[in-house]
This record gives sequence, structure tokens and C-alpha cells, in this order.
Amino acid sequence: MKATTPAQDLTRGVWRENPVLVQLLGLCPTLAVTNTVANSIAMGLATFFVLVGSSFLVSSLKKLIPNEIRMSGFILIIATFVTIVDMLLQAIVPDIHKALGAFIALIVVNCIILGRQEAFASKRPVGRSVLDAVGSGAGFMIALLMMGAFRELLGNGSLLGYPVLGPSFEPWVIMILPPGGFFTLGFILLGFGWWKSKEEEKPKLRRWPHGVVSKEAA
Amino acid sequence: MSGLVWILISAMVVNNFTLALFLGLCPFLGVSGKVATALRMGAANLFVLLITSLSVSLLNALVLGKAPYLRLISFIVVIASLVQIVEMIVKKFSPTLFRELGIYLPLITTNCAILGLAIFQTNRGYGFVEGIFFAVGAGLGLTLALVLMASIRERLELSDVPSMARNMGLVLIVAGTLSLAFMGFAGLFSS
Repeated sequence: MKATTPAQDLTRGVWRENPVLVQLLGLCPTLAVTNTVANSIAMGLATFFVLVGSSFLVSSLKKLIPNEIRMSGFILIIATFVTIVDMLLQAIVPDIHKALGAFIALIVVNCIILGRQEAFASKRPVGRSVLDAVGSGAGFMIALLMMGAFRELLGNGSLLGYPVLGPSFEPWVIMILPPGGFFTLGFILLGFGWWKSKEEEKPKLRRWPHGVVSKEAA
Repeated sequence: MSGLVWILISAMVVNNFTLALFLGLCPFLGVSGKVATALRMGAANLFVLLITSLSVSLLNALVLGKAPYLRLISFIVVIASLVQIVEMIVKKFSPTLFRELGIYLPLITTNCAILGLAIFQTNRGYGFVEGIFFAVGAGLGLTLALVLMASIRERLELSDVPSMARNMGLVLIVAGTLSLAFMGFAGLFSS
């Protein structure tokens, strides 16, 4: 693995290697709970806590966990932190806990968390692992907030429960229902694709037929 | 009896795991390139869902009544071990099938559909028989979604889409349209 500076470890996950928007990991919670901004924030914070906690613990225990059963070890550590978050949310914000439902427990199988343990925390020092987890957690939260703000604004005409678009706005109910999640992420990715294809076109004098370009993109 | 049939139909189309509850999106987006692979993936999922449902029923009845806070941890450990055992058995008795399933078999452990089934089954208080019907419905629903998606993507491969749509964006829009169509099944329950 290439040597990186602490600043790179921290910022990498936020945008350039954003776990959701670039790597397409952890899509289940991204699509399922982002129908309002409040739910997105709660889910983002819960995942952030689990990610940072597990990265810290995995990195501290990396010499003690045998290589053969490291996956089971990681999963057990993650499941423990998720149980803590589940109980905390139930005690502090029971309404949100009810709205998120089973998706709190499903943080265990969020590939972002297991991915960071396997790719980073199990090989690197504790401090760096925590920085990496903070960066990826923040990136996940940014993606959730983008989705949540877009869907609540169009689907309900409000942000965080406060009406923004006024009474004459007819809400697009579909945006807060399941198909809206697919459409929102789809449009965000289409936007990225459009931006990327503009960037790629700049230095070229002529465009190749579609078939030639698509091999590389796939 | 009709209650059990409704559990199956509800899990299969009305509350389809992939298109309405967003569970099991990784295989839905990753393995839906070809219809043949999608079918095999669906079958493997159906099988693991079924044995998970059976063991979750047993766990709930025998162990977890006394220690509910251990639920999540014991579910994930049991699922991981079950998948490991299934992998060994398949490898021993049918090496051909093992080769065909390849990496997808171990990856089922981190498929949210499996853990989701365990949690929903517990939260809704389904017993042994209801659990079986729920698991079969969920598995058939996953297979249906995977195969539909794969058939559409096989056609998309041959069509001329704009270059900005040559990533997952287009696939997600297609998934949204499918999900929209599946919302129609909610009308089944109004009568």
C-alpha cells in the first residue's frame, strides 16, 4: 500500500473516494432511510459512531486477532457497537429509533464499515485508522444529507420539518416513497457521469463512436 | 391457511425485499448483468434465507428469550457459520454447482436481506411455519427482482445510450421504474 499523509487519510473518504457516491457501497441505508433530513442525520451519526468505534478497536487489537478468523472478529466488534447504538437511540430519541426500524440493526452488514476494517484498520496504526474512519463516516453523512435534503424538499416541500417551498407547492409524493430513493441516487450518478464525460471530452479533437468508449467505462 | 399465503405474497411482491425495502441491493446491482447468473444467485439466496429462517425460529424459541440484547450478535454469528457450512457441503457434494456460484456464496453473509429477514421475523413474532412461508416469499421476490433487472440490462447492453448514462445511474433509474411498477401490488391488500 502507498504511504499516505495523515491529511490524505482524513480527506480521502470525504469526497474523492466517497463510499456512496464513488464506490457505491452501503446503498441499502442510503436509499432506505433518506426520505427526511432528520432520518438521514440520525442514520449518518449512528454509522459514523459505529465506524469510528470499530476502526479504533480493530486497529488496537490487530495483533491479537488471528488472520484466519479476522472477518468473524471484525463482524463481532461491529455488531457490539451497533447494539450499543441501537440501545442509545432507543433511550434518547425513541421517535427516530422507530422511524429507522430494522435499519439500525442492519448497520452491521453495511459494507462500508467492514470494508474500512479489512482495507485499512487491520493494517495501520490506531491514530491513522481513526482519521480514515472519520473521513469515510463524514463522506457517508454527506451523501445521506444530499439524498435526504433532495427527497424531503421535493417530496414534502420542507427541510427538517420546516416548510420551505410554500403552500402553493404540490409535493412530489413519489420522492419520499421507495422509487424516489432509486431515482434520486440515479439522477445524482447521472449528473456525475455527465460531468465526467465533459471532463474527458475536453482534450480530444474528435469523438469516437459510442461502442469504443464504452469498453473503458465498463 | 390464507394467512400463510398472504405472508408469502406480501413478502414476494407487495413488500418486495429489494424494490420496496432496499434489502439485498449489492447482488441486485452487482450480479444482475446476465439472466442465467441472476437465477442462480436468486436460488442460492432463497436457500440461505430458508435455513436462516429455520435457525432464527429455533434461536428465538430456545435461547434468546432470556437475553434479548444478544440478538444481533447471535444472528450474525449463526448466519456466518451457516453460510460457511452450506459452502462446505456444496463443495463436497456438487463441485459443479460450487464453481458456478463462485464468490457469490460467501458474500451472502453480508447480504442485508438475510439479516433483515432474521430481524423482521423476530419483530413481527412469526413462528416456525410462518417463518418458512416468509422466507420462501422473500427468496422468490429477490429472484424475481434479480431476473427482471437482468433481462432489462441484457437489452440495455445492445442499445445506444448517451455517454453520461454509462454508469450505475441508468441502472438505478431502471430500478426506480421497476419499484414504481411494484407499488401497484399494494392494491392487492385493499380489499
